[in-house]
Amino acid sequence: MYDKEVVHMLETKASALRHHVIYSMGVNYPGHIGGSFSMADMMAALYFHKMKHDPKDRYMRDRDRFILSKGHIALLQYAALAEAGYFPVEDLRDTKELHSVLQGHPDLLKSGHLGIEAGTGSLGQGLSIGVGMALGLRMDDINAKTYVIIGDGELAEGQNWEAAMAAVRFGLDNLVAIVDKNDKQAQGKVAERFPLGEITGKWEAFGWNTIEIDGHNMEDILRGLYAADEVKGKPTVIIAQTVKGKGLKIAEEHPAGMHNAPLTKEQYDGAIQKFSGGN
Amino acid sequence: MAHTNQRIAYGQALVDMGEKNKNLVVLDADLGGSTMGKMFETRFPGQHFEVGIAEANMTSMAAGLALTGKVAFTNSFAVFASGRAYDQIRQSIAIGNVNVKICGSSAGLSDFGDGATHQSIEDIASMRAMPNVTVLSPCDPNEAYQATIAAAKHEGPVYLRINRADYDNITPAGQPFVIGQPQVLKEGTDVAILATGYMVGLALEAAKSLEGKVSAKVVNIHTIKPLSEEKLRAAIGSCKSIVTVEEHSTIGGLGSAVAETLRTDPLPMEFIGMKDEFGRSAHGYGELLEHYGFTPEAIAQAVIKIKR
Repeated sequence: MYDKEVVHMLETKASALRHHVIYSMGVNYPGHIGGSFSMADMMAALYFHKMKHDPKDRYMRDRDRFILSKGHIALLQYAALAEAGYFPVEDLRDTKELHSVLQGHPDLLKSGHLGIEAGTGSLGQGLSIGVGMALGLRMDDINAKTYVIIGDGELAEGQNWEAAMAAVRFGLDNLVAIVDKNDKQAQGKVAERFPLGEITGKWEAFGWNTIEIDGHNMEDILRGLYAADEVKGKPTVIIAQTVKGKGLKIAEEHPAGMHNAPLTKEQYDGAIQKFSGGN
Repeated sequence: MAHTNQRIAYGQALVDMGEKNKNLVVLDADLGGSTMGKMFETRFPGQHFEVGIAEANMTSMAAGLALTGKVAFTNSFAVFASGRAYDQIRQSIAIGNVNVKICGSSAGLSDFGDGATHQSIEDIASMRAMPNVTVLSPCDPNEAYQATIAAAKHEGPVYLRINRADYDNITPAGQPFVIGQPQVLKEGTDVAILATGYMVGLALEAAKSLEGKVSAKVVNIHTIKPLSEEKLRAAIGSCKSIVTVEEHSTIGGLGSAVAETLRTDPLPMEFIGMKDEFGRSAHGYGELLEHYGFTPEAIAQAVIKIKR
């Protein structure tokens, strides 16, 4: 059981992150709402409770590392970084504008100083980067974890499985992969477009410690994240069952969960109102 | 110490740097015995990572290691290092200007027996087109040693092209490698032969064979990128035409880079390289080079043809 106040605080943060994603999109510009909303609760738990990091000491040696392998939901990471204080929430409005440092996908050169740890966007590479980071941290005896969020559709990229083997080969218990199992990809349902079969069993077969959670239940999210700390000698994957577009009815009901879609003025206003002021 | 093979020189440079630099890490994908990553693995097993036959993972992993402050070298045959992992170099390394050194070993036709699949003839083109990437192509074993040291000191991505063959040195041991500095190896006033990698030795032979007929200068272009117009023109000097020689396609390689660099006030040029075709197997390196026209005679003919 977790402190009810902590759980409530994180739920409020998750709502704020959904608000910020909408705010950063504005009206009539497409944005990756669906995948952002499926990971909003997890992102809140990571940035406002589980991960060790400090916006005032961006390059703190023993900070936990976060890699967004599904880089297209950069809006959600920007929302978390702004809410955490790496930069003003108002700056989110400039996302993807010509001179903004906030790019459509996480960009190390342009926004590394704001808390981005790795450049991602071409799917399937984040876990490999995470394997390298976890190795480097271990070589230097730095007690920090590396978290990598991967989409379920993204698991079709073969490099994930190269990385999965390497993480086990090197016994990286400081590496935690989080699979956003929202069951949808850009062109529709994963089960219809390119069925992945039993995801958890695949990771087990590769030698990973696996934890299944409800990705929208804050207590379950915390249970999963803390359970990962207890396992020694091998990496952990948290399979988070989620709903693409969670919290926004039009996204939840969309065939692809509003993978990358614009909002009308009416939809924007409604969503901003819904996610203003917490739950 | 004089070396007679670029791969061994490379491996020795890694070992020598490893003695002082605990931040140096080296990754291999089951080709350590060829890339000579095994020399480093033997000496510093804790700083060497065998990742299996998985170049994509190796390359992104190196980015992760570099992002924790390591100087990371990845090793594979040039075709795989630059081709199989092209997108990983682009996305995980180059866009973020991450401090990874990619060693493209057994480059050009030097893996003569294995044929087209293992012969890199477009790696210079693909690597130099990528922003933030420095492209080095040392001419001999001594220079390969120095280029490896220079690559490690350089902050940012470097592609280092290494030949497979045993051959003698042209440059003296211990000569510092200055990234971006064309190096005049033989003076001349008529035609400048701009060569890179193993081809530099052939260019020198060609220039010598022309003595008394054509005054041919030989310039070693060990840095394909960056290639400064000012430094290139200074190296060419009063020569009125150019022959470029590269163990690589004439599309997008050294010849292209020189033509691009000199475009506002161009000189007549002749290219020697692979003519938009893949390589093939042969029993010997020399035999294969001859088949594709990489000989001092062919270079000399090109010089005569382009002389103004």
